[in-house]
Amino acid sequence: MAAVEALNITHRYGRVTALDDISFNVNEGELFGFIGPDGAGKTTLFRIAATLIIPAGGRMTLFGLNTVSRYRELRNHIGYMPGRFSLYQDLTVEENLNFYATIFGTTIKENYHLIELIYKQIEPFRKRQAGRLSGGMKQKLALSCALIHKPGILILDEPTTGVDAVSRTEFWEMLANLKSEGITIIVSTPYMDEALRCDRIALIQKGKLLAIDTPFNIRSSYARKLYAVSHPDRYRLLIALRSLPQVITSEPFGDSVHVVLRDDVLPPEVKKALEETGLHGVSIAGTMPGIEDVFLELMQKEQ
Amino acid sequence: MKRFMAFVRKEFLHIFRDVRTLIILFGIPATQILIFGYAVRTDLKNASIAVLDNAHDDVSNDLILKLEASDFFTISNRLNSYDDIDATFKKGKIKAVVIFPEDLAALLTRDGHATVSIIADASEPNTASLVTGYTSGILNDYSAALTKHITTGLPVISPEVRMYFNPNLESHFMFVPGVITLILIMVSALMTSVAIVREKESGTMEVLLVSPLKPWQIIVGKVAPYFFLSLVNIIVILLMAWFVFKLPVRGSIALLIAECMLYILMGLSFGILISTIVDKMENAIIITFMVLLLPGLLLSGFIFPIENMPKVYDYLSAILPPRWFIEIIRPIMIKGAGFVYVWKETLILAGMTLFLIVLSARKFKVRLEESSG
Repeated sequence: MAAVEALNITHRYGRVTALDDISFNVNEGELFGFIGPDGAGKTTLFRIAATLIIPAGGRMTLFGLNTVSRYRELRNHIGYMPGRFSLYQDLTVEENLNFYATIFGTTIKENYHLIELIYKQIEPFRKRQAGRLSGGMKQKLALSCALIHKPGILILDEPTTGVDAVSRTEFWEMLANLKSEGITIIVSTPYMDEALRCDRIALIQKGKLLAIDTPFNIRSSYARKLYAVSHPDRYRLLIALRSLPQVITSEPFGDSVHVVLRDDVLPPEVKKALEETGLHGVSIAGTMPGIEDVFLELMQKEQ
Repeated sequence: MKRFMAFVRKEFLHIFRDVRTLIILFGIPATQILIFGYAVRTDLKNASIAVLDNAHDDVSNDLILKLEASDFFTISNRLNSYDDIDATFKKGKIKAVVIFPEDLAALLTRDGHATVSIIADASEPNTASLVTGYTSGILNDYSAALTKHITTGLPVISPEVRMYFNPNLESHFMFVPGVITLILIMVSALMTSVAIVREKESGTMEVLLVSPLKPWQIIVGKVAPYFFLSLVNIIVILLMAWFVFKLPVRGSIALLIAECMLYILMGLSFGILISTIVDKMENAIIITFMVLLLPGLLLSGFIFPIENMPKVYDYLSAILPPRWFIEIIRPIMIKGAGFVYVWKETLILAGMTLFLIVLSARKFKVRLEESSG
């Protein structure tokens, strides 16, 4: 049975369409990511999944239970972490966790094994008020709070936004761990690099799903040959590339620039053209497309 | 039940960890009592007056002694002629001059009637009327005592006025019920609406809603501590009123507390209602001030008697719970009235409370928003 089934979900805020006919399935025990920029509709979609919003159209079920009509039963099985860390800033780490454990009808002791790996890192600060924790620690506490009642599904809305790079990496390791415990996880993020850590991802933009697949398949779906061009002065490189007639698209990517060339053009030709503009020592090589490349391509198609 | 208690416990932790909340809860009631009690006095204590004694006989001496002996006045000047009156007033120290006519005692024995003039500084009309009132009171007392000795039985001095229930016209008799009315609104309506909206603002409400907690558990858990603290506040106010101002509660304390509980319930449901409408703490505060606190202060009869208002305001105040509450607790506290005398007002207040409870219960959402499509 699918953990999540969404069929033709549509939602509007006044005249703005936040979600437009969205359908997807998430398998049990899957780590499923929604990747998209701010305002793409991720939060609205997650709130519908968390039984907090009734969609204007379509229906969604979690473990076969409708999020609208069976919300009462469902709420026992959902671990939800909203975009803002929903902690009581004036309560201590321990008090926060205890509170969430109690209102979900459990104790810290009962499910300690589930949160142990995460909570151990913040346990030394258990007498500290949550408002005085760093972003990374707040995130760990919020995740512990969402996990303490052993939910069947975790709904994490941008859990890594506003958190440092090290904590982000740690966080994804924790998610992988939870997945191995059999917990279904749906997570949203604006960071494309995090997408690679999901089993499957959905690319979402302006309330529409652009693609759903494994990260590998999504990257492979990129239709054209992609090259990575690099030079120490990346800005000058980008300007130069965009002025070349041989180049169709050029987008900065990490330390390099990803470019698509016209079908009849080969890399050495571009290198030469760049040298003519005064850019020497440019390296150019074929590369595997990143999620971003696919995203941009799909966005352009959409338009 | 365990869940519910955990919720209430959490709410108390919020309250006791926030200095601002504590100040509003306990600091403001105490200072309000003291401010209204001492600074905004509308009764009289040791007001300076001057006397111009043209008589210098037994009667005038007696009267001066009586004026001096009262707590209301201090005789700071003794004038010698009418010409001094203007100059003394201009110095601004005295509130009134009491002038005894020549042959005061003789006039009384001969005609059985005499006139004592009181000139008051009416640049402060309130004080002026109080001073003249109190002086007349003392003169009346004196003449009343006098008639007993005079066998002719003729009235000596004009009408006898007695201030029932509050013989000295002490203002804190009036303001303590008013302060209770306002404090309870502040603690119940304002604090609860802010506390609930704060959860919306911080995003914790989202998680509470997703939890298996039932809506009534969330709501009752949020307001229960404030109900309790409101009761504590009433007791503190009543104790302060008793120890500082010697204001007794003449009626039944149990009835008073019961009426207060009803009123607190009204405030709480009003607070819940506000919290279902707004998403920002500032808006919750503004609405409570505009809809409940300010009209409650001005139109409830706390400061300005309703009888003196234009009819429109009278009708307007009729929809304000504070007005009915003041009309309930004033008689209980000051006159010692029983339930028989306030049941009508109680019924109105109970009706309003029920209306607010039903309305806020209906408006409270188990979700973040209703479907917009």
